[in-house]
Amino acid sequence: MTATIEMKERYDVIVVGAGPAGSTAARYAAAGGASVLLLEKDRDVGYPVRCGEAVSHEGVIQFIEPDDRWIAARCTRFRLISPSGKSVVPRLDGLAYVLERRIFDYELAKLAVKEGAEVVTKAYVYDLVRENGGVKGVRAIIKDRKVEIYGRVIIGADGVESRVGKWAGIDTTTHIRDMESCAQMTLSGIEVEQEVLQFYFGERVAPGGYLWVFPKGTDSANVGIGISVELAKEKSAVRYLEEFVQARYPRAAILTRIAGGVPCAKTCDEIVKNNVMLVGDAAHQVNPVSGGGIISGMIGGMIAGQVAAEAVASNDLGHLVEYEKRWHKRLGWRHEVFYRIKEAISEFSDDTLNRVCESGLKLPEEKRTVGGIFRTALWNQPSMLLDVARVFVS
Amino acid sequence: MPLMIYIVPGTCDYCGCCVGVCPEDAIELLESDIRIIDERCTNCRKCVWACPWEVIEFHREGISHLPKELSLPQEAPPSF
Repeated sequence: MTATIEMKERYDVIVVGAGPAGSTAARYAAAGGASVLLLEKDRDVGYPVRCGEAVSHEGVIQFIEPDDRWIAARCTRFRLISPSGKSVVPRLDGLAYVLERRIFDYELAKLAVKEGAEVVTKAYVYDLVRENGGVKGVRAIIKDRKVEIYGRVIIGADGVESRVGKWAGIDTTTHIRDMESCAQMTLSGIEVEQEVLQFYFGERVAPGGYLWVFPKGTDSANVGIGISVELAKEKSAVRYLEEFVQARYPRAAILTRIAGGVPCAKTCDEIVKNNVMLVGDAAHQVNPVSGGGIISGMIGGMIAGQVAAEAVASNDLGHLVEYEKRWHKRLGWRHEVFYRIKEAISEFSDDTLNRVCESGLKLPEEKRTVGGIFRTALWNQPSMLLDVARVFVS
Repeated sequence: MPLMIYIVPGTCDYCGCCVGVCPEDAIELLESDIRIIDERCTNCRKCVWACPWEVIEFHREGISHLPKELSLPQEAPPSF
């Protein structure tokens, strides 16, 4: 007998995508009293993992108590490796975790369920339901059956490949300059520096991006690369990564090998349109410099979920525009500043990057933070100083 | 315009990087299936450049002669 999925025909809020942003949106919408359905196209929440998996302690504790079940490593320092091979080791302001995303994402979905959200996996949303010129729900394929599910608010948390926004008339296309084409491996049987997040820079290693090595336990690491699509036309991310791994970890066992994409852009011009909201990678809620999107996506998800619940409770969907305002006040403005910094950094030649590293090495230990290093490096670009100060001082 | 974009059968990792750069919403991506919607595709090649795996190809002469499905060796008898 085939088990049936218990599902209503109608929900206050439908969230498409159960990554960190989607699960968090579902959690806060449900906590605010809305009936919530969370749909995931894959058969598992949290898998496959397409991510570097590093987050700050400060970011995580806003949402969930740190738990050793999903913390693979704790890091206290960065190592920035310049094209010439020299490296500088700035300290981190606070602690960073390397996650086990496949467990972490599960826990976030469970928090949504705890608040009353319903979850259905292997549910592929292929269109929106439109009636009388408005969006009334989603069309999905669940268990090989086409279904229509009605929702008053639709939250698109459908990642880098987002289409929910496009269907609602929001332009979510990422310019090839801003899309980071990514490849990632989990290596085992290697010696890896503990407590340190390593970043390699340079035109030959990772043009328009960086290559990372994040420890996951004493003999394993998450090793990956992101390069700008505009600079990846002739040689793909996986080839850069393979060359690096072959040279640096020739005897490593490769436990996972996966592709990905990260939209390192400003937040989409629109993240809410009528009753459709976008969160996470779908809304380009990613730090454009680092490509980090777990915490910022969760912050976007939280705000969207809260606003959606408020709108439903007050029976005023016009209230949804509040999401855009709160997001920009909380994080969106910072991402715009980061984007300008990214544009400046992406112009750096290998020579400049080497000089940044040299100047970092000259800084006294207590000033050797990533912010301190770039402040020094950008000293000769006065127009950038104000932006940099705003980011690192606030 | 004939479709010139070809995804080598059985090689895609379903990461969505190509979908993110497609200006025409011309790529359908499921958990383990991907398809170019040929009536929307303009052969702009952004997906080709974006693919981290290098499995999306551009064929100026069109793709109609290329295999659409993965040809697998004959299925082995079930074993338990």
